[in-house]
Amino acid sequence: MQRIRIGSGAGYSGDRIEPAIDLAERGGLDYLVFECLAERTIALAQQARQRDPAGGYDPLLTVRMAAVLGACRRHGVRLITNMGAANPLGAAEATRAVARSLGLDGLRIAAVTGDDVLAVARELDVALEDGGTLRGLGDRVISANAYIGAGPIVEALAAGADVVITGRAADPALFLAPMVHEFGWRMDDWDALGRGTMAGHLLECAGQVTGGYFADPGVKDVPALARLGFPIGEIHADGTLEVTKLPGTGGCVTPATVKEQLLYEIHDPARYYQPDVVADFSAARVEGDGPDRVRVHGGRGAARTGLLKLSIGYIDSCIGEGQISYAGPGAVERGRLALEIVRERLALTGVRTQELRFDLIGLDALHGDRLSRGHAPYEVRLRVAGRTATLEEAARIGNEVETLYTNGPAGGGGAWKSAREIVAVASALLPESAVRTTVTLLEA
Amino acid sequence: MKLRDIAHARSGDKGNISNISVIALDETDYPFLAEHLTAQSVATHFQGIVTGTVTRYELPTLGALNFVLTGALGGGVTRSLALDAHGKALSSALLDLELPSRNRQNNNQYGGERP
Repeated sequence: MQRIRIGSGAGYSGDRIEPAIDLAERGGLDYLVFECLAERTIALAQQARQRDPAGGYDPLLTVRMAAVLGACRRHGVRLITNMGAANPLGAAEATRAVARSLGLDGLRIAAVTGDDVLAVARELDVALEDGGTLRGLGDRVISANAYIGAGPIVEALAAGADVVITGRAADPALFLAPMVHEFGWRMDDWDALGRGTMAGHLLECAGQVTGGYFADPGVKDVPALARLGFPIGEIHADGTLEVTKLPGTGGCVTPATVKEQLLYEIHDPARYYQPDVVADFSAARVEGDGPDRVRVHGGRGAARTGLLKLSIGYIDSCIGEGQISYAGPGAVERGRLALEIVRERLALTGVRTQELRFDLIGLDALHGDRLSRGHAPYEVRLRVAGRTATLEEAARIGNEVETLYTNGPAGGGGAWKSAREIVAVASALLPESAVRTTVTLLEA
Repeated sequence: MKLRDIAHARSGDKGNISNISVIALDETDYPFLAEHLTAQSVATHFQGIVTGTVTRYELPTLGALNFVLTGALGGGVTRSLALDAHGKALSSALLDLELPSRNRQNNNQYGGERP
């Protein structure tokens, strides 16, 4: 094949559904990819699976599958997703049930497993990026998953899968795999893999390359964000990418939207570490090629490191939070008085916190009061947040904000509180030889 | 002149590190950006917010700079107490940075009328 069209159907787990349906119906696609796993999602999914062994995959999996599988079958579009989260096999079974209910007999669904490396990571007691080792986290550890590469997805496509479901895979690998499969790229053709990774990186956040997360009225205007079209990547056999979207959809594809996304979550652009390659975007070129069409080339690559990144989910702490608003003349002064009252109450009542912060939303909550230059707004919202060891202790923080209703300054309104357990993520590295992936094929 | 007058920006997060891309609205402004928007000026702008280092990467073919800020996300996205744990709004804060005004004398070296 000389050129393939890959649609990006989701940029995160909760993303809009209709843009993907539109892509499946009239995108002229070869592949539709849904990237739905953020850093901590898989740890939360692992907790869900501990509660229900059949669960642990993306909560919107069956909704998304029911929405697009029929159109994908009609138009010959193959679907790739990491919605398997902590249970790719369970997700494949649920997808098979959806396919059967839609009458899609014979649909082949592959589950890629092996990214769950908690056992081997424990055995090797891997070193954590920020110091210490896995053992140091003790019984607070929930999950350890390796970011796997394109290899097992290519294997599933070669076995004839119509749908490929993974757990933790590197986001660009979901897009790189169909390129490797269709163009026959060797897994040591570093420049090709680098260009394919660059294409995958640009597409994986869906609407963020077609004008989503871009509008700044008067400077960067974007039409019809309520009907934002998701991207189509046309990839040529040499790895050149053209980004476009469907006619009649909202948003825009311009060199500016593409450049913002090209550098999104990138550190050294010459060394973007991926399981299959170290991609190099430093000489990339981005050129407009007609309305809503942008050409990207100049990506390169170097040999992969042989190490896979691990994402380790663990129970870190609890966070308690309370908010309340003040308005009109003296709003800032009453907000500050309220903060001082809460600060004193937390000390008086002996709430044990490891970390505390006191914000006035509207004035200094995001970047402190130096950048906001102390402009007095019409209204402010007090926010107190603190880290504690237990949920009970966390709840006391919000309570001390709520009691401002009857004990604090005049005119406080809209109090709100929360206390939650925090699942955090730590990073580590693992030799790729320690990870064994498996492809399981089901048929509807 | 504000940075927002000649550039756009997007921030991204990884752990406790934020990156902010700064892209010239007009590619011919890239040399001016590269000269005046240094790692040091960004670090100064974010004093008190970023506790670690600021590293700058140059992308002349894109007319862009990429800044990597360590210790920028209150201990890390997944555990931060901050309202904007991802540091999504840092890009907008950076666009508020004041740049020196350009040398009009130099632009007018041929003495022609300019709009």
